[in-house]
This record gives sequence, structure tokens and C-alpha cells, in this order.
Amino acid sequence: KASLLFFSLQTFEKLLIANRGEIACRVIKTCKKMGIKTVAIHSDVDANAVHVKMADEAVCVGPAPTSKSYLNMDAIMEVIKKTRAQAVHPGYGFLSENKEFARRLAAEGVTFIGPDTHAIQAMGDKIESKLLAKNAKVNTIPGFDGVVKDADEAVRIAREIGYPVMIKASAGGGGKGMRIAWDDEETREGFRFSSQEAASSFGDDRLLIEKFIDNPRHIEIQVLADKHGNALWLNERECSIQRRNQKVVEEAPSTFLDSETRRAMGEQAVALAKAVKYSSAGTVEFLVDSSKNFYFLEMNTRLQVEHPVTECITGLDLVQEMIRVAKGYPLRHKQADIPINGWAVECRVYAEDPYKSFGLPSIGKLSQYQEPLHVPSVRVDSGIEQGSDISIYYDPMISKLITYGSNRAEALRRMEEALDNYVIRGVTHNISLLREVIIHPRFVQGDISTKFLPEVYPDGFKGHQLTDHERRELLATAACLYVAEQLRSQRFLGTPRIPIAKSKRNSWELSVHLGDGIYPVAVSKDGSSFSVEVDGMKLNVTSEWNLALPLLSVTIDGTQRTVQRLSRDASGKTSIQFLGTVYKLQVLTKAAAELSKYMPEKAAEDTSSILRSPMPGAVVAVSVKPGDMVSEGQEICVIEAMKMQNSMIAAKTGKVKAVHCKAGDTVGEGDLLVELE
Amino acid sequence: SFDEYDMFVEHRCSDFGMDSSKNKYPGDSVVTGRGRINGRLAYVFSQVCFLSVHHQVMDQAAMVGAPVIGLNDSGGARIQEGVESLAGYADIFLRNVLCSGLVPQISLIMGPCAGGAVYSPALTDFTFMVKDTSYLFITGPDVVKSVTNEDVTQEQLGGAKTHTAVSGVAHRAFENDIDALLNLREFFNYLPLSNRDPAPVCECHDPSDRLVPELDTVVPMESTKAYDMLDIIRSIVDEREFFEIMPSYARNIVVGFARMNGRTVGIVGNQPKVASGCLDINSSVKGARFVRFCDAFNIPLITFVDVPGFLPGTAQEYGGIIRHGAKLLFAFAEATVPKITVITRKAYGGAYDVMSSKHLRGDANYAWPTAEVAVMGAKGAVQIIFRGKETDAEAEYVDKFANPFPAAMRGFVDDIIQPSTTRMRICHDLDVLASKSQTNPWKKHANIPL
Repeated sequence: KASLLFFSLQTFEKLLIANRGEIACRVIKTCKKMGIKTVAIHSDVDANAVHVKMADEAVCVGPAPTSKSYLNMDAIMEVIKKTRAQAVHPGYGFLSENKEFARRLAAEGVTFIGPDTHAIQAMGDKIESKLLAKNAKVNTIPGFDGVVKDADEAVRIAREIGYPVMIKASAGGGGKGMRIAWDDEETREGFRFSSQEAASSFGDDRLLIEKFIDNPRHIEIQVLADKHGNALWLNERECSIQRRNQKVVEEAPSTFLDSETRRAMGEQAVALAKAVKYSSAGTVEFLVDSSKNFYFLEMNTRLQVEHPVTECITGLDLVQEMIRVAKGYPLRHKQADIPINGWAVECRVYAEDPYKSFGLPSIGKLSQYQEPLHVPSVRVDSGIEQGSDISIYYDPMISKLITYGSNRAEALRRMEEALDNYVIRGVTHNISLLREVIIHPRFVQGDISTKFLPEVYPDGFKGHQLTDHERRELLATAACLYVAEQLRSQRFLGTPRIPIAKSKRNSWELSVHLGDGIYPVAVSKDGSSFSVEVDGMKLNVTSEWNLALPLLSVTIDGTQRTVQRLSRDASGKTSIQFLGTVYKLQVLTKAAAELSKYMPEKAAEDTSSILRSPMPGAVVAVSVKPGDMVSEGQEICVIEAMKMQNSMIAAKTGKVKAVHCKAGDTVGEGDLLVELE
Repeated sequence: SFDEYDMFVEHRCSDFGMDSSKNKYPGDSVVTGRGRINGRLAYVFSQVCFLSVHHQVMDQAAMVGAPVIGLNDSGGARIQEGVESLAGYADIFLRNVLCSGLVPQISLIMGPCAGGAVYSPALTDFTFMVKDTSYLFITGPDVVKSVTNEDVTQEQLGGAKTHTAVSGVAHRAFENDIDALLNLREFFNYLPLSNRDPAPVCECHDPSDRLVPELDTVVPMESTKAYDMLDIIRSIVDEREFFEIMPSYARNIVVGFARMNGRTVGIVGNQPKVASGCLDINSSVKGARFVRFCDAFNIPLITFVDVPGFLPGTAQEYGGIIRHGAKLLFAFAEATVPKITVITRKAYGGAYDVMSSKHLRGDANYAWPTAEVAVMGAKGAVQIIFRGKETDAEAEYVDKFANPFPAAMRGFVDDIIQPSTTRMRICHDLDVLASKSQTNPWKKHANIPL
């Protein structure tokens, strides 16, 4: 019914999406619904990407590095001319907040699906936006409203404002070029890193400094405005769960806001939008302290990554509204029409290793990939498929997993199920972290802040910690899988010349290694189910034992668990994803386990004297040369991956023996960088 | 009883490492017998010192038609025994040779194996080693030092790493004795009991008509860019299980066992990731020996082709690439088992012919749309045809030959298939070809260019 309505409206005939990945796919979906033809752009490595396949037309705009493809304005303008696209949706990132791009489009008479150049410029500049917000009577954070010239000035200003302070790129966003400093030394270091990152990410190394609000929540208001001076606020999104200032879990609404605070924030957001004559969808980000004081942080003049949660609770299609507004239509809704229906949660599923600083990028080919769309009320926004490559060139996001429910508990329960049913093989992913966050008692109670991860996991994330009973369930599952595999390997089809001796064995004494423990497990076959004895407890385990399926449903004493067996080998080693976390186990017969004692111990590699790259990336700088003395904790080199710079430090004091990398090198995960004597 | 034999196979294997250090009885240094692995018959002998008492087991294995597994840990001839021990070697060697092609023979080297003892494993079909604790050499480091004045450790001279990566003497290496024995059990399940038996078919949970969508994009757009042939192999076979043979040696060719719809198949694939997947001396020999094993034991061959040709250069020519490349050609041509070939990308020149082409009696030869069947790459071809002249003929050559159509039109490939359907096609073909019967003309034996 809805689509009939769009056909009757005059809209764009052809729209170009100046982006890639999930957001390009997301925009194309709405365009299809509205009957708009789509043009995708892509780099040469993306020629087979999902967004390219989905679009009506696709044109290559350059080689893999974003500066030569997705940021290549000349090439993109050429494609627009050639394909006669009437409008451009920039998605998020890339050129979405680039005023020069918006200006060039306007000069060619092509509609930019977003606000006008003036609003992008005003809001894109943190200094200017703060002044504007102040004038529009929006609450702002105390700080220095100007550009910081050098590290010395940074220190002086920081002392004036009082520590802690936040140093951030004036042109920044998305956590890039942002550092927190608690003293003079950190201010100097932060200034250096932020200006480098700002220069490489935005081509603009101007920085500013403001008071850092310790332990705040990050809550943002979605606004929608038209070209006729109307503006609405579409409620808030709670985005406090972050790592390195990048969001991981978002939800709408927030457990923290009462309707009064919500309205106050919404009204200020709308006031700001009106003050810059904003049109299109935009987001006003606030920091909210524990007493519900809120401060304007910045306004993002684009569609946000986490917009789906707002769509879920309001029923609006934000991309569609953006296209309508860009075409000049007035808003269809009044503020009173904007509901909060139910609860929506979004998890950002990344190709990264959550065990390293809550997530360092990983790359690879998705050898198996299956979205949990069979779970009710699940939405997956993704731009990849089985066989896709996650490369070092782009953001390592695999997808946005959104679940919806009539209340928060239901949405979270579905999220848990969806995460368990998500099959991602070939790259390391952060499902374990996401699942731990959403079941953590603090999160469940809504007691969160932007410091949630470091507070809950002060020593870093270590995966799910099994309770005694969960451990028994895991051991039983692993043992039964082993037995099922053994039984199957005795089943040959056909009638062999030498008859196969059928084993009458129906009980197995096993020994299962898990972590540092060795657990005796006895399994006996009991019709179609297994009876398992572990830790003196008897468990009944049933399953179809289809060993080819990526998802395995196992029922242990009536509790259903979805587990994934990621690998197995002949020596009984197996890795099983259980409750989101991957556990490495080894299942041996009792006899084999006893003989294992006689196997010689293998010498482990001494890792303190070698430095390996923790992730794939590019070497930005190497600060040592062979023969140098380094002290423990001293910076040895800097690796940049996905535009984030990471300082690699010495694990011990010693002399540098050999340097295996130089600035500009591309390195893979585990590559040897530097050796100490 | 059955149970005892089953236990015997497991226990004998596992006990071995212990016994070697404790056992002092000469009579105990050879243990032979028969047992069952997953219900299937196998003959096993293990030797700590070399004694000629176990050729009965091999005679019986040959008569009954069941594999022979040797667990070796032998210091070589006993100098005290003199000529008798030499006779003992020869008895075993003869039986190894007579059993060859009759029943699969597997050697697992679990300790130092020196002198004449090393030739028995070398005559068997597969030699597996244990890392850090097993060695194979003609003469130990002391003798080497006195003869050639080379300083070398046991590990460097004949350790698992040397033989699996450098010499090509061993086919796989495992972490320790237990790991090795467990892998041997798994490996055993792929093998038919003898040349009289078909390749075994196991219960399979992986649907034979499963589509593999990622294969449609696995071959990169630029024809010079590498990809991993193992990605293709794993995604096509049952449950991604691939028992690779010689994974660290001549890595430009991949060989190993897998199952398709439960049936054991032998897989040969060029590996574009290593040396562009070209054929050289080592990879030809590695491939040829594997192909001959599969042919001898009724294991269908599936060949994935992406080969730019034979490796040029003096090193290869002086080494006899012509003679060694001919081995692989010989092996594929001679094989009468079902032969299915998939050309994923390049199939250039003589190497195209070699890689189980239609002309060598391939039963089903497929090309992916990315296939290029040509005498050579477009750039090189144009350089030779228009020697020294500026020309834009390269594009013409690409148009004409860098695609599967010319070959398909001539019937050199049976079909151009959607890569995602490859598993389904192969499984269907194997069902039909299960009853394939083909014989070569009678002869005493062929004369493969050794």
C-alpha cells in the first residue's frame, strides 16, 4: 500500500549512492521501495560487492584506497554526469559531511540528500557549532572556543579548563582524532596523535580542547527538518556503550531519560536545527551526566549508523523522509505523531578481536556467513555476503544487528538469540563481547556510561566466564559431539568385501581439556540421546547431531542451547562457540589422555623479546633502530589500521636486535615487527 | 575377539612411545598383528629394532587385501647380526614392492630411523612423521661429520621439518605420537582396503546439491592476482574436511583427500597463491605420485586447474623439468578412475594438457566463466607473434582466447558452469561415474619416465 503512495508522488528518477557497504544497501532498499533507479559507485576491489549487485547501475571510481575512490570527488562528479543521476545520497562517513562536495553538487544542479552547505559547514566545525548552539540557548560544555596552535598552548589551555580535558579534531567525528588527557604529558601526546589522525582522516589538523565530562552517558536526539522551517525530534538513542569513542551497542529509547528530560533535549535539538535552517535528518549528540544535566556535544549532519533503532520505535523510514525532504516536500508528521513503540537494540557486529583493547580489526574472507533472520523481530543491515572479503581498506563492520520487542527485556532476549544464531566464519568477530554486554547485570538494569567497558572489564575483555553448570554443559556438548563423530566414522555405506566389524560399544570414558583443566566425562548412548556424567552430575543431552550444519541445537536437561562447532581435527581438538564465546577444547579417550603424560613438552616461544603486529595495517612510524636501548613500555612503532593509530610498546627493557618493518609497510596480523635481544 | 583387536590397534599405537624407552627385550622389538580401525581390517607392525620376523603379516595383508601400517622406530641394521640383518631388510623391501598397488601401505615414523631401515617407509605409499622426535636418514650426523665434515643436527639432517618441507620424503608431520596415531586413524577412513575395493563411502550430512555462492566471486578480476585454491577446495568438499598430503612441500600444487557426498575423492589443484600455481619439478613429482596412488586404489580424481604453465629457467631445465613434468602427464593419462576437471582460471600451454585435460580421457571437464584456455597469456603471446612491433593485438588475443568459449566450442570442455553449482555437478557426476570401467592395453607394466 505504501509503495502505491510513492508512485503517485513526483520524486527523483535516479539517485546515486556515494558510499559502500551496508549503508549503500540500506539506501538502495528504500529507493527500490520508492521506485527510484539507483547508481552505485565502487572501488575496483568492491566490484563484486553486494551494493554493486543491488544497484541498477554501478560504476568504478578508482582503486581501493578511499582517497582514490569513495572520496574521489572528481570521479564521482563524472559518474553523476554520465549516469544523469538527479540526486546523491552520501550515506555516513566519506563525503557525507563534506561541504565542498555539497557545493559542487549544487553547482551542477544535483540534489544532495542532506542539509545545505551552510548547515554542514556550521555544524561540521566544532568551534562554530558550539557558538551557534550557545546562541540557540542549547546547553554546552565549558571549554576553549578556538583552535589550539601547538602542544604548549594545549597544555596551558588544559590547565586553565582543569583536567581532565578532551582534545579533538575540529573537523572530526566518529571518535577519530580524539584523545583524553589527565595531565600535561598526556596532553602533549594527545595533541600529537590527534593532529596526525585528524590530518590523515580529515585533511585538517586543527584541534580544540574542552572539559571532559567524566563518566557521562552519550545520548543523542534524532531530528528531521524540511526546507519549509519545520523540524521534529524523533526521540533519543542511547549510545553509551563505546570503545575508543566508537559506539558498539545502541538502543532506543534510553532507560535513563524521563519524558521531561527527553522533551527538553528534543526541544533544544529542534531549536538548534532551526537556528541553522537545517533540513533533512540530523543528529544532535549530548553528554548526559548522572544528574541528568545534558550538554551539547556536536550535531551530525547526516544519517547516523544507528538510525535503525529510531526507525524501529517510530515506524518511520528515515531514508525515505530524507529523500522526500530533499525533493522539497514538507514533513508528513507532527511532533505529536511521533511515538515510542516498544524497544529496539542495535549491536554493531565487527570483524575485530574483542580480546585486544575491546576490538582490534581483523581481516579475511567470510568463508561461511548466515544472518539470524529466522529469529523473530530481527533486522540485519549488512553489505556483505558469504565469500566477501573484509579488507584493510575499509571499516571492518560486518553488519548492524537490530532486534525489536514490545519492551526492553524482549528486545534483549531476542538479541541474545540472534547473536547465538549468527554464523560468521573466516574472520574474528566481536559477537562474544556484544553478547556479554547485553546480558551483563549493569547493562540489563540500564546502569551504563561511556566508561562501561573499561569499568566492567578493567583488565580487558576475556570472554564469557563460565559458571560451574555452564562449564558442565559445554563439556557435555563437546563430549557428545566427539562421540557422534566417532559413531559416524564407523558408518560406511555399501557392502564391503571384508565385512565391517560393527562396534557394540555404547559407553565412552573421555577426558576433556578446557583451559587449564582436565575433566573426566563419561558418555553413554541411551537410544537417540546421550547420558553424560560430568563432575558427578548426570546430564541428558539430545540433538539431531547433524555435523554438517553450522548451527547446532543441543538440549541439555531441557535447556536449549545453540552452539557452533567452528573446527575439529583428528587429534580431538575442537573449538566451540558457546554462549557467544569461542572455547578451545580437546577431547581424548581416557586411555589416550593418560598416555599424553608421556609426550614431550614443546618449548614455547618467548614472546617478550619479539613484537608482532596485533592486527593487519600499515606501519606509520618506527621509532627505533637496531642497537638502540629501549625501556619497557617505550614506543617502538606506530601501526595504523582503519584510520586508527596504535602505539606498539616494548614488553621488556633491552637492546633492539632487528627491525623487520619500516614506515609505509603493510603488515598482517602476527607479522614480526621488531626483535629485542 | 573383535574388541581386543580394536583395543590392540589403539593401544599398541599409543604404548609405543613408552615401550621404546623402557623395553629391553629384543624379542619384543617387533610387534605384528591385525586389528580393526573403525570396524575395518588393518595389518600393523611396529619395530623398535630391525628384525626380520614380520613379513608374514605383509604376506597375509596382500592375500586378504587389507592395508599395512608400519610404526617405525629403528636404528638400522644391528652390526652384531651382520649379513643376516641385511637379508632381513631385503625380505621386507621385496614385500613392500609386491604389496605396492595391491594394498595401501602407510609408514608412521615415531623415532630415529637410520640406515637401511629408511627404505621400507620410502617404498610405502605414505610416510608420516612425528615432529621433534622422529628422524629419517641414511647415515646419522656422526658419520656425516666424519665423511663430509658437515656439522648438522639430527633434526636438520632428517627431522620432520626437513622431510616434509625440503626433501619431500615424508607426507605429513604431527605434533606428537598420540596426535600422529589419531590422525592416522582418520586418514585410514579415506582409503579403500585394497585395489579390489571401491573408494569407501561414509555417511554424509552435507547435502550433495548444496550451492556454494561465494565461488561466484572467488576468482579475482585481475588475472594476475592470487587467491587461495584451498578456499575453493574446502568450500566444495563435504564439511570443509580436506586431508592434505605434503602441505609444506611444493606448495604450488595442492593434493589431498576429501569426500564428496560421502565418497572418498583425491583432489589435485594448482595453487595460485604460491609461485602463481606454475608446475615445476617438485610439484610435478608430488602431483604424479598422488595421482598414481588414487588410480591404483580406485579413488576418483578431481582436478582444479589454474596453471600459467611450466616454470621456465635454467634451474628447472638443468634439473630435468621435461622428464619430471612428464611424470604428471603420464600419471593423468594412464589413470582410469573417474576424472573430473574444473578450470577455474588459467589453463595455458602444455600445462593445460597435463592437468587432467579432456584429451587425457577426462570424464567431465568444466570451465568457470573466468577460465582462459590458451597457448599462453595474452601479453606473452602478442610479444612473440608481433616480435618487437607496437601493436594493440593484445586486446584481440584476450577477446579470442582469454575466455572458455573457444575450448567449449571444440568440445575440450564439456560445459561452462556457474561456479556456485560446482559441488552439485561433481557430486552428480561421481554418482554416475561410480560404475565407470576402463582398462589400459595389457602390458607387463608401463614405463613411467622416472
